[in-house]
Amino acid sequence: MAGSTPGSGLAEGEPARAPAAAPVTSPRWRALRRAAGARLAPFGVAVLLTALVVAIFAPAISPYDPLKQDLGHTLAPPSRAHLLGTDNVGRDVLARMIWGTRVSLVAGFVSVAIAMAVGGVLGLVAGYAGGRTDGLVMRCMDAVLSFPPLVLALALGAVLGAGLTGVVIALGVVYTPTFARLMRGQVLSITAREYVHAARALGATGWRIAVTHVLPNALAPIVVQASLSVAFAILAEASLSFLGLGIQPPAASWGSMINAGRGYLQQAPWIVFGPGAALFLTVVGLNFVGDAVRDALDPRLLD
Amino acid sequence: MGRLVLRRLLATIPVLLLVSGGVFLLIHLTPGDPIDAMMAESVDATVKENLRRELGLDRPLYLQYVSWMGRVLQGDLGRSIRNREPVIENVGRRIRPSLQLAALAMTISLLIAVPVGVLSAARRNGPVDRAGTTFALFGICMPNFLLALLLIFLFGVTLRWLPISGYVDPLEEPWDGLRALVLPAVTLGLALAAVVTRTLRASMLEALAEDYVRTARAKGLSEGAVIRSHVLKNALIPVVTVLGLQLGTLIGGAVITEYVFALPGVGRLVVDAVFARDYPLVQGVVLLIAVGFILSNLAVDLLYGWIDPRIRPR
Repeated sequence: MAGSTPGSGLAEGEPARAPAAAPVTSPRWRALRRAAGARLAPFGVAVLLTALVVAIFAPAISPYDPLKQDLGHTLAPPSRAHLLGTDNVGRDVLARMIWGTRVSLVAGFVSVAIAMAVGGVLGLVAGYAGGRTDGLVMRCMDAVLSFPPLVLALALGAVLGAGLTGVVIALGVVYTPTFARLMRGQVLSITAREYVHAARALGATGWRIAVTHVLPNALAPIVVQASLSVAFAILAEASLSFLGLGIQPPAASWGSMINAGRGYLQQAPWIVFGPGAALFLTVVGLNFVGDAVRDALDPRLLD
Repeated sequence: MGRLVLRRLLATIPVLLLVSGGVFLLIHLTPGDPIDAMMAESVDATVKENLRRELGLDRPLYLQYVSWMGRVLQGDLGRSIRNREPVIENVGRRIRPSLQLAALAMTISLLIAVPVGVLSAARRNGPVDRAGTTFALFGICMPNFLLALLLIFLFGVTLRWLPISGYVDPLEEPWDGLRALVLPAVTLGLALAAVVTRTLRASMLEALAEDYVRTARAKGLSEGAVIRSHVLKNALIPVVTVLGLQLGTLIGGAVITEYVFALPGVGRLVVDAVFARDYPLVQGVVLLIAVGFILSNLAVDLLYGWIDPRIRPR
């Protein structure tokens, strides 16, 4: 979608901003970025689509049962029978990697969706109500931001219990303040615009203004933030699974596979490097998609 | 400047209160009975009752919070269930490796990022710039633990140059200590270097396009002198901000790095406490980390006001 012509939205936004543009955002520099975006975005989209297909059709394309142990073929190197080798109890690494894609994508998308929904509503309420409500909500968000993200996720994971649900909720909480802040800022800037004043003068209720004017206009930066957050959420899920808090064995996730393989780095490095490569490529690909979405939706957010 | 300090300090107080409240409630978020979660079922009922009373879990919630807060303010963060020692002592034993790791990682990241960032901007689109941009992307997308395992595989397992786990205090045995810290610090430092390189390059490009740079060039200064005395100083301001923003990532990265390399630091302590379900220890350490994080962010903010007079309030 957005990846196909990431430059188009940018080109349209250009003329209006040109006079004020600092030299860093000179047309040449913009063109360069556009070219980079155009070159890399298709790769990102391809990675994302591949991951989605693999996750959805995991049962069909997985060459083996990801849980089936074969103690006669432990730590077998990559071969025709096992394209990416086997692990310490003879399970096929490729099959586990394929099933692990599901866990990664679910964790990444669901946690960001939770954060987007909860943060969006909180930001809308805070920005719209103002006063004490605003102060209270935003101080709470500041408090959540006062924890290093991974430490907060670990602590929440500890009380919610290990498993995918706990991790998804924990990551949802971690990413909520970002969306709340973003939404609040949008609400404050949009409610100051003339069309909102006009709607109010016409007698529209606060709720109606929020839903028909503020929300649609505030969505673009939220979507941009969401598309960039998914990559980091996937990374965070893998980190928590690596530490042992994520989905529990014997079920497969990339992070837990990497952790299980680290004791066999010398005899069987493929246990680590298969899922490692999958994780790295997915995160790189999602970053490209996120950058492309940003360029397409909001040229002002260029860094 | 004094007013800025005061205002920022005052603004920190409500956040600290909320953070402490959150940490206090942590133990109550456990599904079911926290005591059952902490101890095996086989443990004697009277032992469980004693722990319940010790932790004050048999009293109303608000009373628990008030007495907990009172103790925290006196520096008593409770005791670990596992080793029965005060949380403060547990942390005190672990803080040195963590600080050494963070300092070395920070040094490594600046040693990489400053030259690469400066050269990238000075020779835009040149080979260094291309390599630097690729490196920055790589560093940002590379999971910490994967990089750690790659380094272990290369330098520990294959080449056998460096130890792959354990800790020796570099203040007591400098050579062995540094050798043990090199791989963890590189793991932690590379990701930071990637972010700093990106920021420095962007802010250098911005500064290079300023009028005063044109003036300096017109005066006949060499390009090196222009960069050293006019561009770099101004370009470093955003880098300080980014270093501050990256503190949280750095702490999270330290947790994973210490876990992989078996370094006895605070990060490792958190992970161990989480898995032992040692909730008082988790609570105490998380609170200390959060307070440390808030205070270092405050320090960065103030440092920023000191470096850049333009943002000081009048």
